[in-house]
Amino acid sequence: MMEVSLLEIIGRIIGAIIIAFIGIVVGLFYKGLDRKLAAKMQARLGPPLRQPFLDFFKLMIKENIVPENAVPWIFNGVPVLTLVSALTILFYLPVGSIPPLLSGYGDVILIIYLLTLPAIGMVIGGFASGSPYANVGAQREMVMMMSYELPLVTTVISIGWKLSQVYPQINVFSLEVINNHPIWGLVGPLGFVGAIFLLLTLAVVTPGELSKIPFDVPEAETELAGGLLVEYSGRNLALFSLADATKTIVMASLTIVLFFPYNISPLFHLSGFLAIALDTLFFLVKLFLVIFIEVTFIRVAVARFKIDQVSFAYWVPISLMGLLGLVLIFLDHII
Amino acid sequence: MSNKTYSIPIGPVHPSLKEPMTFHFEIYGERIEKVHLAPGDNHRGIEFMGRQRNPIQIIYLAERICGICSASHPFAFCQAVENAMGIEVPEKAQYIRAIIAELERIHSHILWAGVAAHELGFDSVLFLSWRAREEVLDLLEYLTGNRINYGIFMIGGVRRDITSEQITRIKKTLDYYKEIYGKLEDIFLNDPTIALRTKKVGILSKEEAIQLSAVGPTARASGLNKDVRQDQPYAAYADLEVQAITPEVYSGKVNGDVYDRIVVRLLEIVQSIQIIEQCLANLPEGEIVAEEKLVKLLNLIKKAQGEGIGRHEAPRGEVIHYVKLNQSELPEVWKARAPTYNNLMPWIPMLIGQQIADIPIVLASIDPCIACMDRVTILDRKSGQKNILTKDDLHKLSVEKTRRMAQ
Repeated sequence: MMEVSLLEIIGRIIGAIIIAFIGIVVGLFYKGLDRKLAAKMQARLGPPLRQPFLDFFKLMIKENIVPENAVPWIFNGVPVLTLVSALTILFYLPVGSIPPLLSGYGDVILIIYLLTLPAIGMVIGGFASGSPYANVGAQREMVMMMSYELPLVTTVISIGWKLSQVYPQINVFSLEVINNHPIWGLVGPLGFVGAIFLLLTLAVVTPGELSKIPFDVPEAETELAGGLLVEYSGRNLALFSLADATKTIVMASLTIVLFFPYNISPLFHLSGFLAIALDTLFFLVKLFLVIFIEVTFIRVAVARFKIDQVSFAYWVPISLMGLLGLVLIFLDHII
Repeated sequence: MSNKTYSIPIGPVHPSLKEPMTFHFEIYGERIEKVHLAPGDNHRGIEFMGRQRNPIQIIYLAERICGICSASHPFAFCQAVENAMGIEVPEKAQYIRAIIAELERIHSHILWAGVAAHELGFDSVLFLSWRAREEVLDLLEYLTGNRINYGIFMIGGVRRDITSEQITRIKKTLDYYKEIYGKLEDIFLNDPTIALRTKKVGILSKEEAIQLSAVGPTARASGLNKDVRQDQPYAAYADLEVQAITPEVYSGKVNGDVYDRIVVRLLEIVQSIQIIEQCLANLPEGEIVAEEKLVKLLNLIKKAQGEGIGRHEAPRGEVIHYVKLNQSELPEVWKARAPTYNNLMPWIPMLIGQQIADIPIVLASIDPCIACMDRVTILDRKSGQKNILTKDDLHKLSVEKTRRMAQ
């Protein structure tokens, strides 16, 4: 373990606050973009871009109702847990050419654990709220989690394994390392196809992880009236909406880090502040494209699945696709 | 069933219901074991209000039984009064009635398609189909003056004529629907996610449909060849030879599931377009109403005595109005039976064994119109609670009423 000075700790704390703030603002902004673009695709006007901010501020001044048969401390604690775990992931994500804030203190395996935390939190919150809708939603969320974890982990492990074969000395699961060594450059034609399969797998896991149509079964508006979130209101619901916005950023960033970590600054032979600014801007564009394809576009193009269909889809075709990607990368390596 | 079931209430207010009605589901895991229906949340006493108005006023009340069936109810009501009084409706009026009723069917079926898509979580289709619906609403406004409550029906005919220049406007709308129909069919019948959610879901067998006397597209989707326009043709339908549409026209077999109900409704849009075209081609000349002067008509009603029944194939199925006139300005009895009333019980075989996720689409699949259906609610005055009456209770009540009337 390296030596950490007091100054560094304070620096990191200030950095964390800034990153959390920026993450939430960017997340809410992208949520607004998502809603606006979805509306355009559905031939309607849609809300203004700042609508998620307005929603948040309005929810904050609304009454926070705790149902009579809920367990108050769990019920109130879960939104905080969900938001905090989503925000924590932000500290591990490299943005463009900026290394992650907590670089060296955790890797992509930790991120996978942190990603399940909000889901587990929502399951607990759903059970704690004592509503039959939330109960059904919580059961479905558990099934969903069990279903999409395998393909998600397959994707990450495949890339880590490939990196470990090429660079045996370094910590291959560190996001910074993955960010600096794009997978496409390391593999042959067979592995390239494998990597495309992995990318597709991650693209399908993302809407599931974010509970977006067609995988929004735990919240299913027309069936469960909001499912897990049905009893939440006011401040708690506002925190959930922030967590959702942050998680969208996190999942999209994961796709970028694993598959599209390229920066634009070397192209213009820039360095210093200008390079960082340009790379960050480029990162935001990539983020927008990934969210647009993985969330917005899928969301308007299909109907909601049933829970057994979701489970089947993740366990069989998507898992197989992920494993096929892994096998192809493996074959590419040994040939 | 085992004691592991838990109950989920749906309604009276729930996102999957467009109107208030209560359901209690007994669920095992995700599977529905038992369904209890508890209607009566949307009772407005319209029949009672009708008995304090003269039949001409009732037309407008009947129109407001439901926003979507606002041609079907006055259509059936006018036929009932004409039946009771023996009025002959001019031929042109009969054609205009049929045209308005078919335009309403187009608008109702497209509206339903959008709602069904929304219940499946497919909001894009909801917005696209409702945009397509605007065209027929514009046409109805152009023809009748109103988008929804048309106010065109009158006892003995209709209130507004369709002129030759209006016919070109109608044809324009029909061309528009012919143009977009391919797109609608492609979205609903070929989309893999819609097929995944609607095939083999909410099955109603032909036997159950007969036993529970389902009507309309719900019955036809189960393979029941049943359509008032075909079986007892009335108005202009007698000249047109309407054929009931069953799903085998499209797919060659009948499954009786939600998908088949979509098929039937989509094909009925085409059928309606054809009927309107035939009506326009054969539109006769002449009067549009048997008795133009309302005062004179009202005087005739005051003298009339007798019972009358009016039937019409509404977009949701057969609607029946019964009227009893007894030499008075006010009708002695006015009874409306909406198609949804018949389609309530078929919900139970459709729902049992399905998943929670199927509830919204199965409920929507009969195109329920709770406002049309809720004609009675029984309250305990002391507790204010809704009661369920058994057959014995009803028998007792009717005996009491007969005694009261006999005194």
